[in-house]
Amino acid sequence: MTDATTMQPQSERTSTDALLEVQGLEGWYGESHVLHGIEFHVREGEVVTLLGRNGAGKTTTIKAIMGLLDKRRGSVKLAGKETIALQARHIARMGIAICPEERGIFSSLSVEENLHLPPKLAEGGLSTERIFELFPNLKERRRSQGTKLSGGEQQMLAIARILRTGSKFLLLDEPTEGLAPVIVQQIGRTIQALKEAGFTIVLVEQNFRFAASVADRHYVVEQGRVVDMIPNHALDANIDKLHAYLGV
Amino acid sequence: MFELLGIPPQVLMGQLLIGLINGSFYAVLSLGLAVIFGLLNIINFAHGAQYMMGAFVSWMLLNYLGIGYWPALILAPLVVGAIGIVLERTMISRLYKLDHLYGLLLTFGLALIIQGLFRNYYGVSGLPYAIPPALQGGQNLGFMFLPNYRGWVIVASVIVCFGTWFMIEKTRLGSYLRAATENPELVGAFGINVPRMITLTYGFGVGLAAFAGVLAAPIYSVNPNMGADLIIVVFAVVVIGGMGSIMGAILTGFGLGIIEGLTRVFYPEGSAVVIFVIMAIVLMIKPEGLFGNTA
Repeated sequence: MTDATTMQPQSERTSTDALLEVQGLEGWYGESHVLHGIEFHVREGEVVTLLGRNGAGKTTTIKAIMGLLDKRRGSVKLAGKETIALQARHIARMGIAICPEERGIFSSLSVEENLHLPPKLAEGGLSTERIFELFPNLKERRRSQGTKLSGGEQQMLAIARILRTGSKFLLLDEPTEGLAPVIVQQIGRTIQALKEAGFTIVLVEQNFRFAASVADRHYVVEQGRVVDMIPNHALDANIDKLHAYLGV
Repeated sequence: MFELLGIPPQVLMGQLLIGLINGSFYAVLSLGLAVIFGLLNIINFAHGAQYMMGAFVSWMLLNYLGIGYWPALILAPLVVGAIGIVLERTMISRLYKLDHLYGLLLTFGLALIIQGLFRNYYGVSGLPYAIPPALQGGQNLGFMFLPNYRGWVIVASVIVCFGTWFMIEKTRLGSYLRAATENPELVGAFGINVPRMITLTYGFGVGLAAFAGVLAAPIYSVNPNMGADLIIVVFAVVVIGGMGSIMGAILTGFGLGIIEGLTRVFYPEGSAVVIFVIMAIVLMIKPEGLFGNTA
């Protein structure tokens, strides 16, 4: 997995311009006001996690960035461009792709059809052959119904299909949830390899040990707000604080 | 040929043929409804009126523009499909967030308006539409006489039904459609233009109805009420097959046409209601329909 992609090698990043800049983001599910002014930023090539308890607003933040909420307000800038008024499909075409919490594998599509569903939006995506090299299980089962895969395989598929699109900015919503440790490790190696290949990743996680193994920085979300930011190297020093935040 | 339960084979085969032809219309129409319902969640009650418009457009093409049957087979579905697209963009698309019931009411209202307009201009007595010369006459199959045009209706319906099934179940375009039927939000989040897909799907479903209308024009007279009579049966077919299942709509359509034909042979009094009796039984035993998903 360490040679995950054939894309350009990572260069030393000196740019401090944020690829994603979220300011005063508010979001609603129907009538219920869930996000109350989320603020954070992600630089190109960074892996950033959103940590927090259940119901803190992490998934809603991801959905708000992608334009999947009924109503959102504030500012979400992608590469300097304001996206708050755009629909999901226009946001996607700016080079951002989502792997949703529920994985979103389509039961009426075969594994291969699921893999080929998201259209190529930019050059530099992984080829189908490369994806099948990385995830041999998917190749073996490519004719199966998408939802007949195991949970781990479905998660692989949900990640794999957005690697084909050429989008270099990924939103991964709890990719390790409910999976066996060996699969979690494989996903960890995949994320590491993507990072080395220059991908930018926002990762929602409950499992902060997993988050610590892949991320550069951690944002703590509580009641629809970002309440803290902890760089990964300072994680040990802040472990008590983090335990308090997460209630573990 | 032998006699079955005292029924002469000519009668049996004749009724089977009629059943198969009715089944062809049931299949094409319920297929269109299934395609539309799958993606739009709209029960398209205007389907019968759109079928009628297909017949009328082919009549108009012939009588006003001198364009014959074969071009009409393509043109009428395109024209009626385009009208459908306008309806979807201007009216139906406003209802997607509401319950099915609102779409049903709107399209029911549209059907009444369309039928009323045609009744007003063309009356209810029906307009003749000749069988195209290439399909006049028939074949003597030994045990029965098969009019060429009726044979063509069955062949054309089977081709269109299985072509549509293939497109939806086996092609890339179809995989978009199936995915958007399951989870339109996520499909949109991959950068696919779902609203445009929905509009085109409605246009396609309406075009299928119009295609059936063109096929029907030479058999039944071209009449503003032709769709209203048929659509009630077609809805029963859809209920039996299960909303949203493509193959289910096709098989149920042909199958119920045949069952209706057989009923006409063995128990003629029951032929008008047999489909509704089956519908009632299916609703009690398997409410989601024979091919429907429980979900």
